[in-house]
Amino acid sequence: METPLTQHIRTDGAPLYLKEYEQTGGYQALRKAVTMQPKEIMDMVKDSGLRGRGGAGFPTGMKWSFVPMGDKAPHPKYLVANGDEMEPGTFKDRLLMEKKPHQLIEGMIVSARAIEADVAYIFIRGEYIEGAAILEKALHEAYEAGYLGKNILGSPYSLEMHIHTSVGRYMCGEETGLLNALEGKRANPRAKPPFPQSSGLFGKPTIVNNIETLSCVPHIINNGAEWFKKLSITGEGGTKIYGASGKVKRPGLWELPLGTTLREILMDYAGGMQEGLKFRGLLPGGASTDFLTEEHLDVNMDFTNVGKVGSRMGTGTIIVMDDKTCPVAFVHNLEYFFAQESCGWCTPCREGLPWVEKILCSIENGTGEMEDLEILEFHTKYLGPGNTFCALAPGAMEPLQSALKYFRDDFIKHITEKRCPWRS
Amino acid sequence: MLSEEEKREIEEEFKLYPDKKAASIEAMKVVQKHRGWLSDESLRDLSQILGLSVEDLDGTATFYNLLYREPVGKHVILVCNSISCFVMGYNEILRAVSDRLGIKYGETTSDGMFTLLPVPCLGTCDRAPAIMIDKDLHRDLRPEDLGKILENYK
Repeated sequence: METPLTQHIRTDGAPLYLKEYEQTGGYQALRKAVTMQPKEIMDMVKDSGLRGRGGAGFPTGMKWSFVPMGDKAPHPKYLVANGDEMEPGTFKDRLLMEKKPHQLIEGMIVSARAIEADVAYIFIRGEYIEGAAILEKALHEAYEAGYLGKNILGSPYSLEMHIHTSVGRYMCGEETGLLNALEGKRANPRAKPPFPQSSGLFGKPTIVNNIETLSCVPHIINNGAEWFKKLSITGEGGTKIYGASGKVKRPGLWELPLGTTLREILMDYAGGMQEGLKFRGLLPGGASTDFLTEEHLDVNMDFTNVGKVGSRMGTGTIIVMDDKTCPVAFVHNLEYFFAQESCGWCTPCREGLPWVEKILCSIENGTGEMEDLEILEFHTKYLGPGNTFCALAPGAMEPLQSALKYFRDDFIKHITEKRCPWRS
Repeated sequence: MLSEEEKREIEEEFKLYPDKKAASIEAMKVVQKHRGWLSDESLRDLSQILGLSVEDLDGTATFYNLLYREPVGKHVILVCNSISCFVMGYNEILRAVSDRLGIKYGETTSDGMFTLLPVPCLGTCDRAPAIMIDKDLHRDLRPEDLGKILENYK
């Protein structure tokens, strides 16, 4: 089984710096890319089937193809690596930034070349202090080696790259919110259109890609689109860094073929539930994805197949709920997060999420009423797609609507018994 | 008044962005690094070199979780309160910190040593529950570990 993204990660936990990265094939893709036309790189990524690993799964090559190209294109153009990783239950980009910083940097330079970007930013969340320091050092090494700056490897192509450490807000993960944050403003979302590809950072053409997405790019250039496609079990290309947290025997991260089943991840890699606990459900890819239960475990974890069973692969890091954890308290924790992190820009999200949070709190504390379930249902529709400025509130409604479906009896029990059955 | 060192560090940040205003978050971080928090006076000083109104800066400062508009203690404890940590025993960890220091969220110990704040998912969910104290991540925590950990910061 090939694991290009995590291969060569040092067993002692130290980052792979320049010398070792080069010794293990690093920067060969860049050497190739500087001799290629931007369109060739773009086509290769398009043909590979790579889809955005931040959660939305948008085809990467297609996203790039909306950037204006050629002599008349506005400059400077920007490439931004989204390392905000604030989706609760998600911890995969941290691994890639802390352990293989040059893989990300190389992926960024190649991707920047594909869209003829002049400046690139690595946007990393403020709490990833170690990751930022590692990337800072790696960036310095890349400049010293001539992989960044003027006339990269003697080619006509030049690129500057900087690191921006954020100061904490979930909204920074949303690409237009991220752009506002990079401009020194509140991370409110922007109206689309115009899309960032035509008018993004400082009003210039901009691509925002996730860390894992960009880390795939050197391997596609080195080994070809067909090779990348065949890494997966299903039709979507590549491997995926899956993860599991919660009360499983071996929480962790594993790079596996895209399309590996949930059951394999949960049982074979995470080792199943801890002794004495039963599996109740899971969120397949972060806090903003719909619950899946026992009946869904044989689904292939890719964007298409998880979509077919009513959820999303999201970030691919699963959060497991056991039978000793109260589902109402679980969902209350999620909605508290979303209510706190709402930027307040649009009314349904700003007003709706705190309402949802209060109702869940009331049900959990035994003061809920049956009518509350209808109010919650109402919100799952009115905070759903199309009614809000960005995807935060619709994302927040996903675990709630599926909890009301799969764990409805538990909600009712709280209301009729006027207490949380999980509290002694 | 901004110190010469603060000004110098802020000037460095200007180089990374096409306009000064874009460096406002970085500039506030520089001041916070030196003074621990952002006072009204600091925002006034910053507004002059950034070419932004104090209100604009305040709007940004109050938006972000990790910019502080009130004084904080010598060490800031961030307790991850998101879902994986919740499942793995966040409540007991919070209680242990809170009981030991005698403070709740948003409060600072009377000796000015510690401020306690919640933080969304720290991105280390396979080793939950987790907290951060200043730049250090503490993971796989049990409530009984907190005494020893906090002792190291005194």
